[in-house]
Amino acid sequence: MLEIRAINKHYGTHQVLTDVSFSVGAGRMTGFVGANGAGKTTSMRIILGVLSPDSGSVLLDGVPLTAGDRRRFGYMPEERGLYPKMKVAEQLVYLARLHGVSTSAAKRNASDLLERLGLGERANDHVEALSLGNQQRAQIAAALVHDPEFLVLDEPFSGLDPIAVEVVLTVLKERAAAGAPVLFSSHQLDLVERLCDDLVIIAAGEIRANGSRERLREQFSTPRFEIHTAADAGWIRGVAGITVIDFDGGEAVFEADSDAASQQVLREALTRGAVHSFGHLRPSLSTIFKEVVR
Amino acid sequence: MSTEIKPGRVTEPHQGAGTRTTHPAPNFWASVWLVSTREIISRLRSKAFLISTGILLLIAVGSVVAGGIMSANPSTTSVAVVGTAGAVVGESAGLTTVSADDVAAAEALVRDGTVEAAVVPDDSRLGVSVIALDSPPSAVMNALSVSPSVELLEPAEQGGFLVYIVALGFGLVFFMSALTFGSTIAQSVVEEKQTRVVEILMSAIPVRALLAGKVVGNSIMALGQIVVIALLVGIGMAVTGQRVLLADLGPAIGWFAVFFAFGFVMIAALFAATASMVSRQEDVGSTTAPVTYLVMIPYFLVIFFNDNPLVMAIMSYVPFSAPVGMPVRIFLGSAEWWEPVLALVILAVTTAGVIVLGSRIYRNSLLRMGGRVTIKQALRG
Repeated sequence: MLEIRAINKHYGTHQVLTDVSFSVGAGRMTGFVGANGAGKTTSMRIILGVLSPDSGSVLLDGVPLTAGDRRRFGYMPEERGLYPKMKVAEQLVYLARLHGVSTSAAKRNASDLLERLGLGERANDHVEALSLGNQQRAQIAAALVHDPEFLVLDEPFSGLDPIAVEVVLTVLKERAAAGAPVLFSSHQLDLVERLCDDLVIIAAGEIRANGSRERLREQFSTPRFEIHTAADAGWIRGVAGITVIDFDGGEAVFEADSDAASQQVLREALTRGAVHSFGHLRPSLSTIFKEVVR
Repeated sequence: MSTEIKPGRVTEPHQGAGTRTTHPAPNFWASVWLVSTREIISRLRSKAFLISTGILLLIAVGSVVAGGIMSANPSTTSVAVVGTAGAVVGESAGLTTVSADDVAAAEALVRDGTVEAAVVPDDSRLGVSVIALDSPPSAVMNALSVSPSVELLEPAEQGGFLVYIVALGFGLVFFMSALTFGSTIAQSVVEEKQTRVVEILMSAIPVRALLAGKVVGNSIMALGQIVVIALLVGIGMAVTGQRVLLADLGPAIGWFAVFFAFGFVMIAALFAATASMVSRQEDVGSTTAPVTYLVMIPYFLVIFFNDNPLVMAIMSYVPFSAPVGMPVRIFLGSAEWWEPVLALVILAVTTAGVIVLGSRIYRNSLLRMGGRVTIKQALRG
């Protein structure tokens, strides 16, 4: 388990991170969400040891991370870039070698990854000759080529076409399933929502919420229900203990004072006609995000 | 407000530190070697580099061959001799003789330009006189003149023009190599910063290893170039029969290589540090300009002051100019045996200091994108 404990960091007079603490469990896909400038990139750089914090520590299984441990991380920085005048495969081999992989294993990994990411035929092209999307795929290969045991990816999906997103998703899920802690940031909240086991929400350098996705949704859910009926749902306004939030023909969103009141609505609806759906309205990630960040 | 929720699933129990490793991390020097190998390979693949190196080697070989031709074939003057005059001329160096039957025939040869002058017997104290076309033939006069022997109390070991050429040679080679490979390092540093690949590199290996790899790789290339030039010059001199000069120049070239090795490492560290302060290739020139001046100044000093012992003595101890100044003094024979050793110690200590300072600037500047990092920011971190 990767644990970030009470990290503080400032640039000049600007406090960028304040007591940032969260953890990334083994085999857990952890989404790191926050507005631009909230401190995601700085946190990730500190985890990777590219930046040093003013105070606080990064622990791996309870022991502070060493430079040797960090070589087993796969890192995709927010600022993308590879050597433009170096061949794709050669570059991947070089990066793997820097992480301590033997030349033969590095070559094997590089060609396997390029094949999987659909870049097999471009292996001997210079990076600068690739399209932006393909450069992005090469960047992902660069983060994975040394068989990392931990993944820290800053915006791994930005700039990818939907097919590439799926390929990368599959690869990330595989790594997580193999027990690697995966931390990634993204602005695509729907993607994070679909993908993540755990969530960390950061705003203005502070962790505002963190935990498993289901727990967060539970925690931020209101006593709100949604019903979809065949007949007009205007009658719900008259039920005792019910406040209608939104209403449109057969669809309504309402708040119930008690569970009994909500069940009363369902019973009554069934007597009036077909009920297509009825349920507790769980907040979407973007709703939680907006609420938490506010 | 801050909300803390424990992860839903219990995470895996603590794994022992020993079971973590799949790929052992390469040690510091292995990382340095990887970085320097990449630098060397990418340099060897660059057409611009190969062409400029080829030109430099051609110039070196060309100047040796030209020097060899000039010294191996001292221009000889042909003279026509008549009768007993042949015996007098025959002992003189630098003259080839053409026998003529009589004075009239000799005059004819002078007139048609076959010979420079004619030496004919006469009744004077010398026993010969010289006939020339329109001006006294100085080469012939000198050859036939008798000079008293001279004893020099403090003989200069090398002639002035030769010293100038040798000084120019050392100055030029140092200047060219340091500038070529120094700016190569600068470009490579900014390339990594501009393309952002530096962040991945920093997450994999220590910044010191990255800097050391660049310096080592380019130093190997620069020193390799120097050694090839030195070998070519040495072989060229041996082949063209300039063995005497080679014996004088050999130690100076050897010391030059040693001084260059240290001096270049220092300059390379400076180029890397100053280049890391900017984020775009366009800004490399202006930020590395002070280092460029440091490389150019010794070159100009050695051209203008190679005959000034005081300036050369100072130059041979100042770290930035020692790689040029000391070899020239060794060639002149004006340096005591311990002087190059002392100068080398001074250079080595300075180089170590510059590396410490340079790696600090480098480390603190690498992640600062956008505007130019000031020296103050770079040193403070």
